[in-house]
Parts: sequence; structure tokens; C-alpha cells
Amino acid sequence: MLNPVRKALFSCFGRVHLDSRQHIFLKPGYHFTKITEDKAIPTSKKEDSTKELNERALYGVTVLEYCSMVSGPYCTKIMADLGAGVIKIEPPVDGDPARKMPPFPGDSPHPEKSGLFFYLNTNKQGITLDPETPEGKKIFLELVKTVDILVEDSPPGHMDKMGLGYKDLCTINKGLIVMSITPFGLTGPYRHYKGHALNISHVSGQAYLLPLISPHSDRPPVKAGGHTSDYDPGLVAMVAVLAALYRKGISGRGQHIDMSKQQALISMQRVESVTYANSGIVMTRTGNRTRMPGGILPCKDGHIVVITPEDHQWKALMTLMGNPEWSKEPWCRDMMARSRHAETINKLLTEWTTRHTKEEIFRKGQALSCPISPCQSAEDLINSEQLKTRGFFADVNHPILGPLKMPTSASRLSESPWRFERPAPLLGESNEEIYCERLGYGKEELEILKSKGVI
Amino acid sequence: MKEGPLKGVRLTEFTSAWAGPYATCLLGFLGAEIIKVESRVRLDHARTLSFSTGRQFAGPDESEVFDNLNLNKKSVTLNLKEPRAIDLAIKLAGVSDVVMENMRPGVMPRLGLGYEAIRETKPDLIYLSSSACGQKGPEKEYVGYAPTFAAMGGISWITGYEDWPPSNFMGAIDLRSATTAAASILAALVQKQRTGKGQYIDMASQESIAVLIGDVMLDYMMNQRIQTRRGNKDSRIAPHNCYRCSGEDKWISIAVATDREWEGLCRTMDRPDLIRDIRFAAPEERYKYQDELDRIISEWTRDKEGYELMASLQSAGVAAAPTLSSEGLFKDPHIRDRGVFLQVEHPVIGKDWVIAPPWRFSETPAQVNRHSPLLGEHNEYVFGELLGMSSVEIRRLEQEKVIY
Repeated sequence: MLNPVRKALFSCFGRVHLDSRQHIFLKPGYHFTKITEDKAIPTSKKEDSTKELNERALYGVTVLEYCSMVSGPYCTKIMADLGAGVIKIEPPVDGDPARKMPPFPGDSPHPEKSGLFFYLNTNKQGITLDPETPEGKKIFLELVKTVDILVEDSPPGHMDKMGLGYKDLCTINKGLIVMSITPFGLTGPYRHYKGHALNISHVSGQAYLLPLISPHSDRPPVKAGGHTSDYDPGLVAMVAVLAALYRKGISGRGQHIDMSKQQALISMQRVESVTYANSGIVMTRTGNRTRMPGGILPCKDGHIVVITPEDHQWKALMTLMGNPEWSKEPWCRDMMARSRHAETINKLLTEWTTRHTKEEIFRKGQALSCPISPCQSAEDLINSEQLKTRGFFADVNHPILGPLKMPTSASRLSESPWRFERPAPLLGESNEEIYCERLGYGKEELEILKSKGVI
Repeated sequence: MKEGPLKGVRLTEFTSAWAGPYATCLLGFLGAEIIKVESRVRLDHARTLSFSTGRQFAGPDESEVFDNLNLNKKSVTLNLKEPRAIDLAIKLAGVSDVVMENMRPGVMPRLGLGYEAIRETKPDLIYLSSSACGQKGPEKEYVGYAPTFAAMGGISWITGYEDWPPSNFMGAIDLRSATTAAASILAALVQKQRTGKGQYIDMASQESIAVLIGDVMLDYMMNQRIQTRRGNKDSRIAPHNCYRCSGEDKWISIAVATDREWEGLCRTMDRPDLIRDIRFAAPEERYKYQDELDRIISEWTRDKEGYELMASLQSAGVAAAPTLSSEGLFKDPHIRDRGVFLQVEHPVIGKDWVIAPPWRFSETPAQVNRHSPLLGEHNEYVFGELLGMSSVEIRRLEQEKVIY
């Protein structure tokens, strides 16, 4: 959250660059000691900056992002939210393809108005650069010298071909951590295969079980909704990057991490994934073998979901329903019995749920400690009192999109609260900041590089 | 053997089910020492039951579900209803860098194991609480599992067919919550490395899902649009769907984003006429006529083998991959080449397949070192070596059902 002064400045001028904040982003290298003694901080601002230092988990950590669309940018977005200084590299002219992705206000595409881009790149700085040109490559290397982490999502072998592979980069920055995110990993027979989120969701086994529960398998499996199969690998990658960063804090050394999106998704479905290997069982989206009574059930005004793996939870559900006669039957006795009769029981549950609203079932069920909840839409989430109370949404401002509410973070770190530092960068917005102030290029040089299509 | 990146970090956990245990399992893959506190009084249901196969296990050490979610860990038993067990738990937390718990909000403080209480012993402790809806707010005491987190987090609503109810979700939801918790703990460890200070982290599973649909929520903020289910379709590009192949319940996913990919698809289908068809000439047109395209492609794929389709389409530059079941995953040559499935030798289960850590580090490997712990397997090491208790004392507390 912005403090009132910053908030006012943002709303007055759209973009304001505060010195203390710039300092965070311009701090070269990751030094986990000595930051408070930095001579570059003027005394008057020293106190502020010490406070900032303590309030941001990844203060002083610098990240170069050479990625597009969702996975890589989501990985670095979480780091930016935690206080890391993230410099996003975009191709000159067109920028990150995510800029062309909806949602747009009024559904009118505009490169600075993509909600997807906005969400994934808030709190980052953005520059344009083409590392495939000789001058672009030189600048890329100069940047690499000043950062702790590079996250890249180029096709396997592409960085090596450009002379920007890990082997090249670690000779100029031995502390560098490089995370390579690719659809199928850097090795193996499919390494050169393309994979969109759709394909990854299907080839990782996640889609095979969806939509659950489907009464038959005549219709195709479906991918997880939205871009989630692209967000997921970004999150999984971030865990490895932070572990490597922790290690670097001890050893001073960096390393290269290879992560396949396919494997990231398999790892998150690890229990279901081994059922065939261990038991010869192929679970399907009809859920026949393992169905417990409950699951998604229709109600008067939508759907609820209920799951009762423990006996007391089943009893709570029955109490909620006024202990119907059938609940005393032997086939309701224990979970195994109930699972064998799941279809019959679900019909009986549905008779009751369809006569009640989701809100009523939800509140009364939870008051009895029954694991039950409504299927919530984006609108429900935005209006949720729970999320409001927890400060899940923040009011932020973007120079072109204007004021917006955005989701923040799933974790509340007492010493590193989520903070809005800057809106997602306009295309090439930080070129001067990075090229001139950080790397020492002159403004005329910048113009020349621009005309050559390097930046 | 090379060390993991978190070598030297110790974490004590009071977690059960899936979302808690897998968070610390990830940190264990990365080299942290993980001590799981559990009890015979109330067994972790992952030890007793498989939601995936429907199997119930006779003893506490027979579950392949527990094994897969608790690799590399150590286990101690403490009956937390006993004050002396609480004292031991506090001592254990005192020699740990991190504590994680996923009990219902309020339970740990009531037991005397809340952050404030343990911090008195260990001022620089990192403490993460994972719960369904978080530690504050009107719904803080609400209980849940993967299916309810999915429903509350908005992912159920947008997953499934257009004409079908929202989707139920299983383990992958818990494991997303777990991965978020692991990431948060790591951020706090990095911060502590710099500042020397610990902190408290309040993590909500509901929100760990909601953050994955940020763009869907922004569509509502911008346009008041409530996005709903659209099967395998994309919001912008087509063809983008899943098509039936030969064989029982076999499918292939194909996504075409560019004109070049479209031409690659047409040539692979041996339908150069479609390249010239004005209905499909531009991405917007293809999106408009996607149902017609899906019909044409389905007709072409239905008598072909999924893997052959993948090979021919990928060689034409088209993103295509078969839909894999648990059997498909296990038999896939690429997945085998990447070493995704690992077999561990478990003293009770025997040979057990588990899933390897999802990353390859060049210097400090993430790895599976051992099977999951038997219940209370490390009582002697933890209470004896770490906390300095004598064997006699440990035996006595075992008999008195404190270490139990």
C-alpha cells in the first residue's frame, strides 16, 4: 500500500520517481550485510532507507527478466512484490506479447492497457533491448554484471547460441543465478517442442482428470481455467530461485537452474501421478473409483462444494440437513460404505442443496465445522468481506489505465508487507534510468541505439 | 554427495494432510532438515487414507500418499494434549530456524505454541501459519480442503465446459498452497540472512489460488465481466482445443497462435486449401470460425495415434501434445529421460514410486535422500541428540504417552 504522500503524488502526476525508491532499484549487487553503511545514501534519507531495508524481504536483490507472457514474468513478479529490483527486458517496438492479451478496458486492445500485463509486471522496471544485435548483446552482458538473478524463457540452446548461455555469463558474474524456464526442460527428447499452457496442462496429467466430476468420458478432458497452468510454473520456479539466492548468501556463488513447466505441473499433482506406477490405477475424470459423497453440488443460486473425509464432518453435514432418515441407513455408516453408495447419496444431498442458497449452506455449514464452500466467481472474490478484511486487494494507479484495484499476495509477511512501488512499466519506460543512470550511456547514444532498433 | 542449497536450515512442522506437509517437503528437497511433529492420538490422514485410490491403510507406515508428501523428513511423536509435550515442542522450536503449522486458526496459540509464545524462546524465529482463509477476518475459522480452496479461490468457477457445472479439484490445489508457503518461508529466510530478524507469515490457501487468476479479476475490475468456463478454448487464439485420437480416451491438445503455425497445421493435415480459405486467413477470423475448425481438426485426428500426431505437428512448428493419464505419464519417454519418477525403498511399503523435485540445480542439487519417516522414527535423535534428553527419560515419556 502506498503511504498518503506517495499516493497523492501518484494521482497528481501519474508517475513520480522518488529518490529513496530509486535507490532500491538502482542498488547494484546483492549484499546482505553492510547495506546500512552505504555511503551513497544521504544522511537525511538513511533512516527511511534502513526502514525500507528491514521491511522488504528481497531488498537489494536485483533481477533481470528476459521472458514473455506469463510464467517467467509471474516468477519475477512475486520477487518484485517482495522488494527485489526487477528489470524486465522487452523486445523493441512490440514489447512483451502479453501486452496484446486481454483483459482490456472496454475490450479495446492497447499495448499499455492489458490487465494481464499490468498484473504480472507491477513493481518492475521495464527496458527495451534486442540482445540478438551485437550492441544489444554487449548491453545485455553489462546488465548481467550488475544483477544477482537472470530469469529467462528462451527455447533450449538459444541463449548459448547468442553467447549468453550460463557458461558465458558465469565467467563475468560468478554469483549469477540463472533460471531457465522452458516447456519441457533443457534436456530430453521433447526439449525443442513447443508448449502453450493448454498443451502443458494436458501433457502434465492435470487436464486428464478435469472436469471433475464428469458422468462419462465422451467429452475431452479440459485444461485448468484461465492462465493458471502458466502461473503455476512461475511459482514453482520462484522457490528454486530463492533457495539458490539463500545459498549465494552463504557461498557467494551462483548457479544454473533448469525447470520444465511440464515437470512443475506434474510435481504439483504428484500423488495422483504415481497411482498407475504404484497401484496400476488410472484415475479418470468420472471419479468412479474414489468418489466420496459430496463434491460440486447444485444449489438454488449456483454451486457449492463439500468434502467430508472425517466422520465428524459428515455428521456436521447431516446436522446441517436436519439428520434425514436415510442418514441412519447402514450405507451411511462409515466413509467406505458411503463411498460405495456415493451416487445414491449425492442424489439425496442434491435434493436438499437445490432447495437452499449457497450463502445459507456455506454459513450454516461452516458454523458446524463442515468443510463446505460456495463456488466463487471473480465478482464474489472482489466482494468478499474476508478478502477485504485481509487487505487482499490494493488500490493502485496506472498512468494510462487510471485507478484500479488489484490482487496483492497470498502471504502476509509481518516484516515484508506487500507494497505498491510502481505500476507496470510503459514500453521502454526505464530505458533512461537503466541505460544512462545505471550503465552510464549518454542520451545521444540512446537515440542512436533506438534508431538502430537495439533498444 | 553434493549439498542442497538450504543445508543448515532446520524447520519444525506441525502440519498434516497435503498443503502443509508438501510445503516443508519442498524445503527438504532443497536440503533443509525437516522435523515433523505428529501423534498417534490423531494420525495425519495422509497416513491412513488415499483420496486418489480410495485405499485405507491398516497401519500408520503403509501410505504411499504420505511417503510422496513427506520425503527426506524426520518424525517425532508428541501428544500435544500433555503440557510436558508442549514444553518439548517449544524446546524443539527453539533449536529451529522455521516453524510451520496448518492447524485451524487459534489452535496453536491455545496450545501455547503460537508465534508470540515461541518467539520468547527464539526471538529470530520464522513462523508460518497456513490455513484455509487466513488468520483474521470473518471467515478465519472456516475449514477446508483442496476442493473448497479451489472453489473459494475462483479456479473451480472458470474450469470446465461452457455448459457444465464448475470443476472439482484435488491435490494440485493443496500443492499450489504448499508451494506458495515454501516460497514465503524462503523469502523470510533471505530477509533473515540480511537482517538477522525472523517474522510471522499468515498464509491463506484461498488466496494462494486467487492470485493465479489475477487477470480474471482484473477483467471484472475493468469491464464488470464475470469470466466463466470455456473448456479448452482461449480468449484470443484458435484453433486451441483438445481433440480425440485413436484408442480409448486418448486425446491431443493443439494450440495455434501465429499464421506460420496455422500453415504448419494445414500442411500437416494435408489441407493446403485451408491456408487459402478466407474464413481462416487471419487470427481473428480463425477465432471467429473456431467451431468449424475444431470440427475439421477432430475429423482428422480421430483415427490417428496421439504420439504420432505430436511428432508430425511439432516438426511443423505447431504446439501439440497428448493428454496424459497417470499411465501415460509413467510410460512417456521424455518424462523417463528427465527422471521424473523415482523409486524409493520404504521399509514397510517396499519399492515406492514418487515424483522427483521439479528443478535441476547445477551446483546444489534438490534431491530425494530417503523415504518418508516412520511414525516417531526420529524420537531418539531429536529428543536425545538435539534436545539432550537421556534415553531413560525418553522411554519414560513414551510410557507416559507424552512422546506418543
